Amino acid sequence: MTGFISVYVLWLREMKRFIRAKSRIIGMLSMPLLFLAFMGFGFSGLSIPGLDRSVSYMSFLVPGIIGMGILFNSMFAGISVLWDREFGFLKEIMVAPVKRIYIALGRIAGGATTALVQGILILLISIGVGFAVPSVFAFLSALVFMALISVTFIGLGLVFASKMKDMQGFNLIMNFIIFPMFFLSGALFPLDNLPFFIKVISYIDPLTYGVDGLRASLIGFSVFGIFFDFAALLAFSALFVFLGTYFFEKSESV
Amino acid sequence: MYAIKVEKLTKKFNGFTAVDDISFAVEEGEIFGLLGPNGAGKTTTINMLSTILNITSGTAEVAGYDTARQKDNVRKSIGIVFQDPALDTKLTGRENLEFHGMMYGMRRDEIKARIDEVLELVELSDKADVLVEKYSGGMKRRLEIARGLLHRPKVLFLDEPTLGLDAQTRRRIWEYVKKLNKETGITIVLTTHYMEEADYLCDRVAIIDHGKIIAIDKPSKLKDVLGGDVVCLEIEGKTEKYMKHISSLKWIKSMKKRDGKLCLTMERGEKRIPYLVCKAESCGVKIASVNLHKPSLEDVFLYYTGRMIRDETGSNNFRREIMRRRHGM
Repeated sequence: MTGFISVYVLWLREMKRFIRAKSRIIGMLSMPLLFLAFMGFGFSGLSIPGLDRSVSYMSFLVPGIIGMGILFNSMFAGISVLWDREFGFLKEIMVAPVKRIYIALGRIAGGATTALVQGILILLISIGVGFAVPSVFAFLSALVFMALISVTFIGLGLVFASKMKDMQGFNLIMNFIIFPMFFLSGALFPLDNLPFFIKVISYIDPLTYGVDGLRASLIGFSVFGIFFDFAALLAFSALFVFLGTYFFEKSESV
Repeated sequence: MYAIKVEKLTKKFNGFTAVDDISFAVEEGEIFGLLGPNGAGKTTTINMLSTILNITSGTAEVAGYDTARQKDNVRKSIGIVFQDPALDTKLTGRENLEFHGMMYGMRRDEIKARIDEVLELVELSDKADVLVEKYSGGMKRRLEIARGLLHRPKVLFLDEPTLGLDAQTRRRIWEYVKKLNKETGITIVLTTHYMEEADYLCDRVAIIDHGKIIAIDKPSKLKDVLGGDVVCLEIEGKTEKYMKHISSLKWIKSMKKRDGKLCLTMERGEKRIPYLVCKAESCGVKIASVNLHKPSLEDVFLYYTGRMIRDETGSNNFRREIMRRRHGM
């Protein structure tokens, strides 16, 4: 019971901070939307190798950009433990009589909620510019994938946050982990034409299944099939939540 | 029953011994101070007692619970104000307190009532719903003290409670701490490198240097090793007879003459000065100046270590800390 309350209060804190940081919401939305606008309109008339003629590039792109937005948000939410360390608040959390697993879970719950909100906002804006969601079920199915993507990458973010001392390394992670995962996930283009060894890397990228699952849900276009995507992503999220909480429990708080 | 009992406590960081085999006990209701220069191991000690650092060897009991094996019980029994602010600046003062109360498993109605109480105590009631980022340094520290008290801990740790605050705010914090201890009987353990702070606030002080406790007692008793006040007289003329007389006095504990200055150690120096001056006149000795020096804990530290605490206060560290924070923004 106390565990549940601590998860809730950590989540609540995240919500308050999120609502107050208007610039953060806009900042986190702007990159995916710029990608969507530039790539979507720029490549709209082209025939994309590996992409069926019946699927417009814009509708192909929207799920990918939602995945991207959630990837960036969630990694940042996980790593933001380091901000709490930087500003000292982590100590207040760590000295409380609360098991660390609940602290990690509270962080995941809060981060996943904000990431979901961002994902939904991107989807709504896409609908505004002509993207069609076939059914309520499609929307709910997409929500499930968004949540799983988010939980996976907050877990991964927690791993990095537990291993790093400050935010100095964040750029490295941005360039060598986040961007490659984004590009290799098939968010921007089909993976069919990639050389074999790059394809292999993309198959171990959790976002690949996330984006594919989102596409399966929203536009009925999928490489692996929605159930395989779901199973793979569920496994990844379980793994990374475990690793994230494990390393977080091991980390020194001062 | 001791509030804190520490035996042979040691902390090593990669071969560097930050806290070296210290033992002490703090009684319930006491204000206990850890006094020493920066890097002496004070904060490390507090971090071990508050369970956020693991102990290398030795044992520590807080409120009757073992800090290694009963972490959650220790955490429930203590409140702590860290050296650096540990507030969420994007939340209001009240929200910071609510967060704390819920994390400590307090009931909702209890949290609400208690928040009003502690805010009243530190005189922040009217600022409760302002974002903490708008608070001044002193207000933040007071809010943290309020927060440390919220869940009614048995022991309150204050790590350098007045570091970086101006003299006036420092005074106020001292008054809060005194009042708190008097009214609630809470045990308070504080670290400081300000002599006056330790002297003014603490019932007992442990002087700590290079990870070791070099002396531990009431501030007045600690100062007793120095033999009392030092009165320095700048004397001119035929001083021999005068000095002979002085040295025969029973209440003079020691006498030194250096550069025309006669330095005498005695108790209650201010009461002896009139006599010393009168006697000088009758002996035909001219007194150019009189200086009374009350021994401080600084002198005690000097006595034991041969160094001044101020020589190595963390003013540099502190400045660096501020720089780091500024750039970190």
